[in-house]
Amino acid sequence: MTLVEKILAAHTDRKEVSPGEFVNVTVDLILANDITAPIAIKEFQRIGVSKVFDPKKIVMVADHFVPNKDIASAEQAKLMRDFCRQHETLHFDVGQMGIEHVLLPEQGLVLPGDVVIGADSHTCTYGALGAFATGMGSTDIAAAMATGDIWMKVPPTIKLVYHGSLRKWVGGKDLILYTIGDIGIDGALYSAMEFAGKVVDTLSMDGRFTMANMAIEAGAKAGIFRVDNKTQLYIKSRVERPYNVYEPDNDAEYSQVIEYDVSDIEPQVALPHSPANAKPISQVGDVEIDQAVIGSCTNGRLEDLRIAAQVLKGRAVHPRVRCIIIPGTQQIYLDALTGGIIETFIKAGAVVSTPTCGPCLGGYMGVLAAGECCISTTNRNFVGRMGSPKSEVYLASPAVAAASAVMGRITSPDEISG
Amino acid sequence: MKGKVHKYGADVNTDVIIPARYLSLSEPAELAEHCMEDIDKDFLKTVQPGDIMMATTNFGCGSSREHAPLAIKASGISCVIAKSFARIFFRNAINIGLPLLECEEAVDKTEAGDILEVDLSSGKIKNLTSGIEFTARPYPDFMAELISTGGLIEHTKQRLAGRRS
Ligand code: SF4
Repeated sequence: MTLVEKILAAHTDRKEVSPGEFVNVTVDLILANDITAPIAIKEFQRIGVSKVFDPKKIVMVADHFVPNKDIASAEQAKLMRDFCRQHETLHFDVGQMGIEHVLLPEQGLVLPGDVVIGADSHTCTYGALGAFATGMGSTDIAAAMATGDIWMKVPPTIKLVYHGSLRKWVGGKDLILYTIGDIGIDGALYSAMEFAGKVVDTLSMDGRFTMANMAIEAGAKAGIFRVDNKTQLYIKSRVERPYNVYEPDNDAEYSQVIEYDVSDIEPQVALPHSPANAKPISQVGDVEIDQAVIGSCTNGRLEDLRIAAQVLKGRAVHPRVRCIIIPGTQQIYLDALTGGIIETFIKAGAVVSTPTCGPCLGGYMGVLAAGECCISTTNRNFVGRMGSPKSEVYLASPAVAAASAVMGRITSPDEISG
Repeated sequence: MKGKVHKYGADVNTDVIIPARYLSLSEPAELAEHCMEDIDKDFLKTVQPGDIMMATTNFGCGSSREHAPLAIKASGISCVIAKSFARIFFRNAINIGLPLLECEEAVDKTEAGDILEVDLSSGKIKNLTSGIEFTARPYPDFMAELISTGGLIEHTKQRLAGRRS
């Protein structure tokens, strides 16, 4: 069995599972946010049970439109807050909250071998920890909150093996954009992506979270990494409960094995309006930008901010550009503050926000007008994703976004820092 | 069910089905007022109850927002026919009772504005404009059962009742 099959089998009453089978899977953690929870709560109430199956395994995070941007979003956050209080579930509200997919691993809520379902498509992020994590809808979450399990179809696994060594300024974001550019926006539809090879072993946990985060952008059900020393080190200080580390069998069957030599890969940029429109930065041409966004569940971690600060240090954001930087959690915000990174950003003329999804989905704080162009470290650049349907979003790494903020046009960090 | 076809291309994503700026709404009727507005201004002006939405591959890709199938359903659309669906959208639609059919041939041989007649139980799709008939891929047994019990919430209610008895 593959890594994913092993984890799923361990959460069913069977010894083995294979792709295509429908199984009932017990879940270790259920997630919803301020957009998806209101519908989940309504549906949960229709089931007619008085209690959730286990309040310690349900976590709700207010992050999308929070601190609330208007009355409607305030009502949604309140509905969620009231539900969490009544059922005594885990709840991260303003002051403790961060972007859910950055926050949950940081808080030690996800462990290797876990099955996590979330009413948010980027739940797949936790695959970086060797967990099986997948996004679903609100109704699925409602049912799971009542029963503690959920139906799933066992996905086939595509193995992606990365060989070679990475050039300067090339990291997890570039690898995943390159991969999606290669296999397409439905290249892994209904499948799990297992990331492997020497290059991913060298990636930091932050880089792996970035890659797993965007598995959904290729249509995948999950993205997953094997557990190694870096994973163990990451979770060591965070968790108390026991966990299981699974390994794929030597004769595991993959639906596809794709190998890449990444030694020559340049920083990647995904052009509007698809994450699969990835191009090497040297082929992007002359694109002037109005805004640069550095943050989100893809690239709002400390390493991302450090890289952006490295590029922005002693430089100024171009006068035409609004540069918005959003640390993923309170802890990252604090670490960036004490490490002097926030000071670098402010001196460069960037704005720094409290953790939130904000502009990533065109919610608030950085919404684009018609005709405007933004470079962003987020994960989607669909029509209207960040505001006006006539605006454009280019996706890239924090290094490229920061360099572009300085130059006022999309550029490689090589151009400004040699 | 019988209705006129509204046809789209590949990778119709949830951000265009219902843009995030409306996600502080959760009433289906309110969501429906903005369904598809970023890619098809005419949709809301022309959609009639019972109409059918059609697209090529990977329909519903992107976010997990259940607001997307809810908006489509509340706009009056009776079912969506596509060559393939994105995974989360597929689950959500089945869970809330918006029927989806996968049928490549029907998509290739149907024009926008054609009138289709669909029989969900047999998967038969008849194009009344051209007279051609198609058969959609059948649902796996498990999913057919889920649909026939009335969606996931009903299914869960019955399971829990079974556990108690
Ligand atoms: S940061 Fe963006 S992609 Fe991530 S959870 Fe928030 S809205 Fe979704």
